[in-house]
Amino acid sequence: MDTGDLSTLLVWAAATAFTVALVAYAVDLARIAERSQRVAQPAMVGSGGGGPVSAAAGSADQRAPSRSVRAEGIARSTHLLGIALLFGGIVLRGFAAGRWPTANMYEFTLVAVFWATLILAVVQRRRIIAFLSVVVMGLAVVALVVALNWFYIQADAVQPALQSYWLVLHVGVAIAATGIFTVAFGASVLQVLKSYREEGLPENAGRVRTTVSGRRFSWLEQVPSGRDLEAMSFRLNAVAFVLWTFTLIGGAVWAEHAWGRYWGWDPKEVGTFVAWVVYAAYLHARTTRGWSGRRASYFVFVGYAVVLMNFTVVNLVVTGKHSYSGL
Amino acid sequence: MSQYRPEGISDVFTEPTDPGEQRPVVQGIGLTGWLRWAWRQLTSMRVALLLLMLLAVAAVPGTVWPQRAQSPEKVVAYLTDHPSLGPVLDRVGAFNVYSSVWFSAIYLLLFVSLVGCILPRTKVHLAGVRGRPPRAPRRFGRFPAQGSGTADDTPEELTRRATAVLRRGWRLLPFVPTYRVETRDEGDGTWSVAGERGYLRETGNLVFHLALVGLLISVATGQVLHYRGQMIVVQGSGFANSQGAYDTFERGTAYSPSSLVPFTLALDDFESRFDPETLASRDFTAHVTLTEPGEKPQAETIKVNHPLDAGGAKVYLQGNGYAPDLTIHDASGALVSDGPTPFLPQDQVYTSKGVVKVPDVTDGQDQVGLIGFLLPTKKTVETPNGPAYVSQFPEPNDPVLVLNVWKGNLGLDTGVPQNVYELDEARMTQVKDADGDPVILVVKPGETVELPDGLGTLTFNGLKRFVALDLRHDPALVYVLVFALLAFAGLATSLFAPRRRVWLRFTPAHDEGDDRSSRRTVVTAAGLARGDDVGLQPELDRVLAATLAQHPDGEANDGHR
Repeated sequence: MDTGDLSTLLVWAAATAFTVALVAYAVDLARIAERSQRVAQPAMVGSGGGGPVSAAAGSADQRAPSRSVRAEGIARSTHLLGIALLFGGIVLRGFAAGRWPTANMYEFTLVAVFWATLILAVVQRRRIIAFLSVVVMGLAVVALVVALNWFYIQADAVQPALQSYWLVLHVGVAIAATGIFTVAFGASVLQVLKSYREEGLPENAGRVRTTVSGRRFSWLEQVPSGRDLEAMSFRLNAVAFVLWTFTLIGGAVWAEHAWGRYWGWDPKEVGTFVAWVVYAAYLHARTTRGWSGRRASYFVFVGYAVVLMNFTVVNLVVTGKHSYSGL
Repeated sequence: MSQYRPEGISDVFTEPTDPGEQRPVVQGIGLTGWLRWAWRQLTSMRVALLLLMLLAVAAVPGTVWPQRAQSPEKVVAYLTDHPSLGPVLDRVGAFNVYSSVWFSAIYLLLFVSLVGCILPRTKVHLAGVRGRPPRAPRRFGRFPAQGSGTADDTPEELTRRATAVLRRGWRLLPFVPTYRVETRDEGDGTWSVAGERGYLRETGNLVFHLALVGLLISVATGQVLHYRGQMIVVQGSGFANSQGAYDTFERGTAYSPSSLVPFTLALDDFESRFDPETLASRDFTAHVTLTEPGEKPQAETIKVNHPLDAGGAKVYLQGNGYAPDLTIHDASGALVSDGPTPFLPQDQVYTSKGVVKVPDVTDGQDQVGLIGFLLPTKKTVETPNGPAYVSQFPEPNDPVLVLNVWKGNLGLDTGVPQNVYELDEARMTQVKDADGDPVILVVKPGETVELPDGLGTLTFNGLKRFVALDLRHDPALVYVLVFALLAFAGLATSLFAPRRRVWLRFTPAHDEGDDRSSRRTVVTAAGLARGDDVGLQPELDRVLAATLAQHPDGEANDGHR
């Protein structure tokens, strides 16, 4: 077994660890939902048996922080284990190829998942936000498995156009931005759900609103307020947007070196530009009267969709100068 | 102060409304005419948002349909494949998206909107930068960050200390004060301190937007002044930088021929390296001799990520290939063609296609056209029609030329410009053998073969390398970079520099009775930030704690300084 195979093995191990973490986070989320349903109906708990039993149940509910300690422990440790394994896999991949490991779709996906899971771990270092973890972990596991099965290519040196320190800067920063956008996207999804629930049910509410305000989404009572989630999403998006801007500028400088023009409306350049414009619109929407809050977060959904399309569709379907998937 | 603010912006300090301090609502725009209304609309945030989203949507078709600027040949192919839809798309600019009227209209409107929004804000900001922090409000109860405490010191002393705490610089830049501070004696022994920080936030915001305008102007200037040429240079030969030397040449509308510095460049050698298993390219290096006017010739190299600076322009290595060196004598033995002809690589193993035209034959004879392939490393494959050759590696380990022979009139003097890499077969006939099959010449380096039908002889002297060079001159390049970096710096500042106001008030406690040990001063504090700011309350707590710190701490701090 050579270094490249060992790297692949570590990535599979990381995917496994993340899957366990995903299940544990989901269990935690289910437990939260269960508890908050019980909390939401105190009459049912208290009315049944005699005094001591109901008192014990009530105090247990109050003492337990309405979440599963064991599930959270498993989730946290497998999450961190997965990050460590993935990091090992990325480093070995670099050694196997004899260069910085961000040169094709497979490596891009590995490093983006690494960033997303790392940022997720940082964001919830004090308090686990189970739903956010489920969204981000789910995306991470899917991305890793897709990468291993469809994006994988042999570790190898790169063509002359990629032999530049910009491979580290431009691609590295683009990957980090993608990872952070992913976590921010998760936070925005949560924010929209939470803010629907906070608002309560208006008359003739749609199906989504009714569902979100209903019992099945009672776990939403346990997540941070919509305003806090909006602030978290904004901070992450702001960081990622600055990194994305650097990706654009660094890419232009590199293109000037390698292709003899700094901007040529290459499909990847267009995709990156469109994503940049959408996130710029998001930042403006946040500070526009009547558009802040939930409406602004719709821009995050569109922006993140563009980021994903820019990575997948543009790499695999459209031909352009950025066709480095190696597939 | 009544400030002009473009409509819809809500990024000022979001002060909670207080019935005691309500200000009059800004009047409606009134009947000041359509123009004014339109301008207000255009510079409003809602329209800016709309234009941004329109820009994002309008950029997409350029990846759906081929673009003339990037791949004109694909546009031609698309038009041939879609005879009914193609012309309609062409009319609406689907093949020239980024220079189309509608795309330009969107981004120009966006920039007008941007300028209309930013210039008034710049004026307001310049006034604000010279201004003083607003005095402490009467009531602190409605602010998002609050704090309180008591102290033994007098309000004057505490005021002095709070001022010092607020003015203390950053750890990295100790001489730059964080807060601009204003103190005020409110009477009855009460003092207040008002601090404001983060003017840089709005500065960064304005720099970012103005830099975008600068970027647009720089790019446009570059478009107008630039020139760009492509040429093929064969090993052992060179070219002089003049418009006629290029195979293709494009220039901006205000390009002046004087920006074409007459240097010369010669290709001495070319090295390539390929992965033996995957055949993927690993390295290309062109060794050239550059002679700038009035200077000695200099040996230089050009690689893919390392263009050569020559005469204020950059020379890029865009392609490479082989040029077989051929000598051709006609039927009467006269030398009619001698020298290398570039054959263009068609695939990863450098199966290269080329045409040799021999127009200058002795009078009365047929002109000769040779068309065929160069295989750098040949591999023989058996087919039902006999052995055939393919290339199996891009390096010239075992090269062979496989040629078809045509005779007749090359059509070079018809006045119609011809592609040197294609043979106009209209007035020519293919030379065939006795069985009626086309004659195929297979020539190795060093070999001389007879051309069929007594057309003469052909000698394959050897292989030379050629490079495809791309030369570009854009005098605005440095401005594009500067404005891009300014925009980046401005953006980062506007997103990360906190904008905060902090107020502290020191009120003498009303001493009652003989409780002399009680604290003498009541301290209240409040903070306000622009937008969401998680650091506001911690910062207020820090300021309050440092101000209230008892003497041991204060002295210890002073002792260290």
